[in-house]
Amino acid sequence: MTIQLILFIILALVAVVAALGMLFSKNSVYAALYLVLNFMTVAVFFLLLNAPFIAVAQVTVYAGAIMVLFLFVIMLLGAEQVQHANTLVWQRPLGIVLAGILLTEAIYITLAQRGMVPMDQPLPETFGAPAEIGVDLFTNYLLPFEITSVLLLVAIIGAIVLTKSEKK
Amino acid sequence: MPVPVEYYLGLASILFILGALGVLIRRNSLIIFMSVELMLNAANLAFVSFARHWQQPSGQIFVFFIMTVAAAEVAVGLALIVTIFKSKASIDVDQMSSLKG
Amino acid sequence: MLLSEATSAGGFFNLVPLVVFFPIIGLLLNIILGGRLGEKAIGTIACLASGLAFMVAVLLGISLIGNPEGITVPFLNWIAIGSLQLEWAFQVDTLSVTMMLVVGGVGTLIHIYAVGYMHEDVRHNGDPGRFQRFFVYFNLFIAVMMILVSANNYLMLFVGWEGVGLCSYLLIGFWYEKGKDGIGNAVAGKKAFITNRIGDFGFLIAALLMFKYFQPLAENGVFGFDFETVQELAGLVPAGIIFAITMFMLLGVTGKSAQLPLFVWLPDAMAGPTPVSALIHAATMVTAGVYLVARSYAMYSMVPEAQTWVAVVGGVTALFAATIAVAQFDIKKVLAYSTISQLGFMVAAVGMGAFVAGMFHLVIHAFFKALLFLSAGSVIQGLERGYHQVEHDPMLARKMKHGHQFDPQDMRNMGGLRTRMKTTFWVYLIGAVALAGIFPLAGFWSKDEILAEALHLQPVVYWLLTSAAFFTAFYMGRQILMVFFGQPRSEPAANAQESPAVMTIPLIVLAGVSLLGGALNLPGLHTFTTWLEHTINLEEVGTAVTSVLTKIGLAVAPVKGSMAEGAAEGGFNLTVALLSTGLALGAIALAYYFYYHRVRAMQALPTVRRTDDPLRAVLGPVFTLLENKYYIDELYGAIIIKPYTAIASFLADKVEWVFWHDFFHDKVLSGAFHSLTWLLSKPIDTNVIDGFANGLAEGTQELAALVRRIQSGYVRNYALSMFVGVILIIGYIILRGI
Repeated sequence: MTIQLILFIILALVAVVAALGMLFSKNSVYAALYLVLNFMTVAVFFLLLNAPFIAVAQVTVYAGAIMVLFLFVIMLLGAEQVQHANTLVWQRPLGIVLAGILLTEAIYITLAQRGMVPMDQPLPETFGAPAEIGVDLFTNYLLPFEITSVLLLVAIIGAIVLTKSEKK
Repeated sequence: MPVPVEYYLGLASILFILGALGVLIRRNSLIIFMSVELMLNAANLAFVSFARHWQQPSGQIFVFFIMTVAAAEVAVGLALIVTIFKSKASIDVDQMSSLKG
Repeated sequence: MLLSEATSAGGFFNLVPLVVFFPIIGLLLNIILGGRLGEKAIGTIACLASGLAFMVAVLLGISLIGNPEGITVPFLNWIAIGSLQLEWAFQVDTLSVTMMLVVGGVGTLIHIYAVGYMHEDVRHNGDPGRFQRFFVYFNLFIAVMMILVSANNYLMLFVGWEGVGLCSYLLIGFWYEKGKDGIGNAVAGKKAFITNRIGDFGFLIAALLMFKYFQPLAENGVFGFDFETVQELAGLVPAGIIFAITMFMLLGVTGKSAQLPLFVWLPDAMAGPTPVSALIHAATMVTAGVYLVARSYAMYSMVPEAQTWVAVVGGVTALFAATIAVAQFDIKKVLAYSTISQLGFMVAAVGMGAFVAGMFHLVIHAFFKALLFLSAGSVIQGLERGYHQVEHDPMLARKMKHGHQFDPQDMRNMGGLRTRMKTTFWVYLIGAVALAGIFPLAGFWSKDEILAEALHLQPVVYWLLTSAAFFTAFYMGRQILMVFFGQPRSEPAANAQESPAVMTIPLIVLAGVSLLGGALNLPGLHTFTTWLEHTINLEEVGTAVTSVLTKIGLAVAPVKGSMAEGAAEGGFNLTVALLSTGLALGAIALAYYFYYHRVRAMQALPTVRRTDDPLRAVLGPVFTLLENKYYIDELYGAIIIKPYTAIASFLADKVEWVFWHDFFHDKVLSGAFHSLTWLLSKPIDTNVIDGFANGLAEGTQELAALVRRIQSGYVRNYALSMFVGVILIIGYIILRGI
C-alpha cells in the first residue's frame, strides 16, 4: 500500500463520482462542472503516469477550451430542463443492463490479463517530457501533425459557416 | 512500486462505460456530447497508461492528436447544436427524430 | 408408195398418243386464247383438234391393214408400287381403232354441227362465253374417250371411264341456270354423275377383285386384256371369282350404257344441248360399256352364266325402253329411250358372245343415232326460229296459244315440217328408216345379225329383241308422222325455218353413211368380221365356250365352232330377216294408221274431246303408265333416295349437329373446358398463385414494417444498437480466448 496506490484509489473515486454526477445531474451547468472536475482528476492521473505535457495539455485544451465552449453554449441555449413526453421508456433500463454487461466483460478482461509484465528497466527521466514529445512530434509524426492543422482549419471554417445567419 | 497498469485500465473502462451510459440514457444533447468527451478521455487515460507500461512515448503522441481532434469536433458539434436549436427550439435528441422510418 | 411404206412394219403406230393429245392441245388453246379469239377461231380450233385425231385414227387403221395383229405403244411408266407395275400404254388393235374411228369421225362431224348450233344458241340466249366453254368441254370429251378406247389395261380404261363421266356431267348441266326451278339441268347432271358412280363402284370392285386374285399369280398383265394371259390367270382362280368379276363389271356397264337398273340418267341427260346428246349419249360414251364387255371377252367366255345375265339384261332393257319410247312426247326423249333400247341390243349381243354383231351395231348405231339427234336439234332450232318470228309479229302472236310457255321440243307443237324443213326431213327419214331396220339401210344388216345370233345362242333373248324391234319401228314411225306430216299444230311450227349449211352438211354426211354403212359387214363379205377377228379371236372363243358348255352338259349340236360358223355366215338367217322386216313394216303401217288417219279423224272432233295422242284413246291407262316411264324414277325416289336422304339428314341434323355439335361440343367439351379453366383460374390462379405472389409481397411488407421499427429516428436507439454490437464483439473476443 504505497502512497501512490492510495492516491490512485482516492482520485479514482473522485473521477467516478464526478462522472456519475455529470450523468445524473438535471442541471446542465452542474453537469459541465462535474465534467471539469473529472478532467482535472484525469490530468492528475496523467501526471502520475509520467506524462506531464499531456497533463497540462488536458487542462488547457479540455478543461480550459472545450468545457468553456460547452458552458458558453449551455448558457446560450438557456440550459433548460428538457423533460417532454417520456419516449423510449425501456431505453434507460436496457442501457443500464447493457452497461452492466459491458462492465462485467471489462472486468473479466482486466483480471484475465496474465501477460502484463512490466518492463525491467525503470522509466527514463525524460519520458514524457515536452522536449521529447516535441522531437517525436516533429520528426516521426510530422505528417499527422500537419494534417491535424488542416483539420483544425476545417473545423474553424465549419463552425463559422454553420453559425452564420442567412442574409435576408 | 507504481500502480499496476491493470488498475488504470479498469478505471479507464469504468469511465468509458459511464460515458457510454450517458450517451444512452440522457436526452439532453449537450450532456450526450459531454459524455462523448468523457469516453474520449477514458481512451486517453488508457493510452497514457500503456505508454508508461511499455515505455513508448508514441502513446502520448497519440493522446495529443486525440485531444486536437476532440477539440475540433467539439467546435463543430456545438455549432451544429446551436444551429439545430435555432430551427427546432429544443436540444432534446428525441425531438430530432424526423429520420424515423 | 406412201401407203405401202405405211403398211409395212412400224407404220404410223407411234402416232397413237396424238389421238389423245390433239384434243388436249385443242382444249388448252381454247382455254387460254379462246376468250380473245372469236367464235370462228374457237370453232376452228376445236374441229381441227377433233379432225386431226380422226386423221391419226385413219392412219392407224391403214397401218393395221398391213399389220392386223396390232401393237402396244408404251408411253410412260405409270404406276410402280411394290409388285404392281403398270404402264400407260396405247393399245392399237382392230377393236380399239374401230372405236377410235367412230369417236373421231362422228365426233368431228358433230363438232362442225355444234359450231352452227352453239352460234344460234348464243344468238338467241346471249352469253358468248358459253361458246368457248362448250368447245373446251367437247374437246376434253374426245380426249378422254380416246384414252378409254386406246387403253392397254383396265386401270387406264377406268381413267377414261371416269373422264367421260365427268364430261357427261359438265355437258349435261351446260345450261346450268336453266331447267326446272332454275337448277333442273344441274340436277340432271348430278343424277347422271351419281348413277354413273354406282356403276363405277361395280367396275372398281371388279378391278379390285382382279388385283387381289391375279396379282399374286402374275407380275405384269394383271389388268391387261391379252386373251391368253387372262385365260391362264382366270383358270387358276376359283370360277366363282370370275363370275363375281364379270357381274360387277356388268354393274359398271349398266351404269355407263344405261341399262336396267341404272338407265334413269339418260332421259334426264337430254337437258343438255343437242350436240352433247348426239355425241355422248348416243354415239360414244354410252357405248363404252359395250366396248368393255367386248374387251373382257376372255373372262366372259369362261362364265356362261354371266353371259346369260348380260344378254338377258340387255334384252329386257331393249324391250322396256322401246315400250316407254312409244308414249313420249319430247322429241329428244323418244330418241333417248331409243338409244337405251338399242344399247340393250348391243349389250345383249356382246353378252351372248356375238361380239362382231354387237360391235357392228355399235358402229352403225353411232352414225344413225347421231344423225337423228342432230336432226332433232335442227328441228328444235327451226321451231325456235319460228317462235322468234312469231314473237316479233303481232298478228301471228295473237294466233298462238300458250305464248310464253312454248316448248320447242314437244312433238305436239310440231307437224307439217316436211315442207318447211326439207333437208332436215329427208335426213331424218333416212335415219329413222335405218333405225327401224328396213332393208337395205345399214340398220337392217347390223340388227339382223344380232337377231340371228340370238336365235342361235339365247332364244329367249331373241324374242325380247324381236319385240323391241317391233316397237322401235312403231315409235320411229310415230315420230316421223307427228313431226313432219299432217298440219302444223302451232304457229311456230307453221313458221319454222331450215337450219344453216354448217348444220345440215354434217347431217347429209351422216345420212350417207347410214344408207351405205351396211356394206361394212355384208354377209358373204364379212369385212368387219375379219377385221375384228384379229383382236377377238373367235375360234379361240368358240373353243373355250365349247369346252365350258360341254362341261356343264349344255352341248348344243353343232356347237363346235358354231360361233365361228355363225360369224362366218355373217349370222344371216333368211327366216329371221324376213320376220324382222315384216314386223318392222307392220309396225310402220300401224303407226301410219294411228298417226295419219286417226289424227285426221281426231281433228274433226271438238277440241274438248280431242286427246293429244290417238294412242291414248286406245290404250288408256297403259298409255299413261308408259308416258310416265313406268314410274321408275318415283320408285327409285321412294325406295332409295328418300330413305337415303332421310338417313343423311338424320345423321347430319341429329347426330352431327344436335348431338355432336350442340351437345357434345358445346356442352361436354366446352363445358369441361370452361370448368377446367374456371378451376385453373379461380382456385388455382387466383387463390394459390396470386396468394403466393401477393403473400410474398405482403410478407415482405410485414417484414419491412417489422424491420422498419429499428429506424426509430431516435439517435439514442442507434447508439444503443451500436453499444449492443460492441458488447457482442467483445463477448465474442472473450469467448474466443484472449
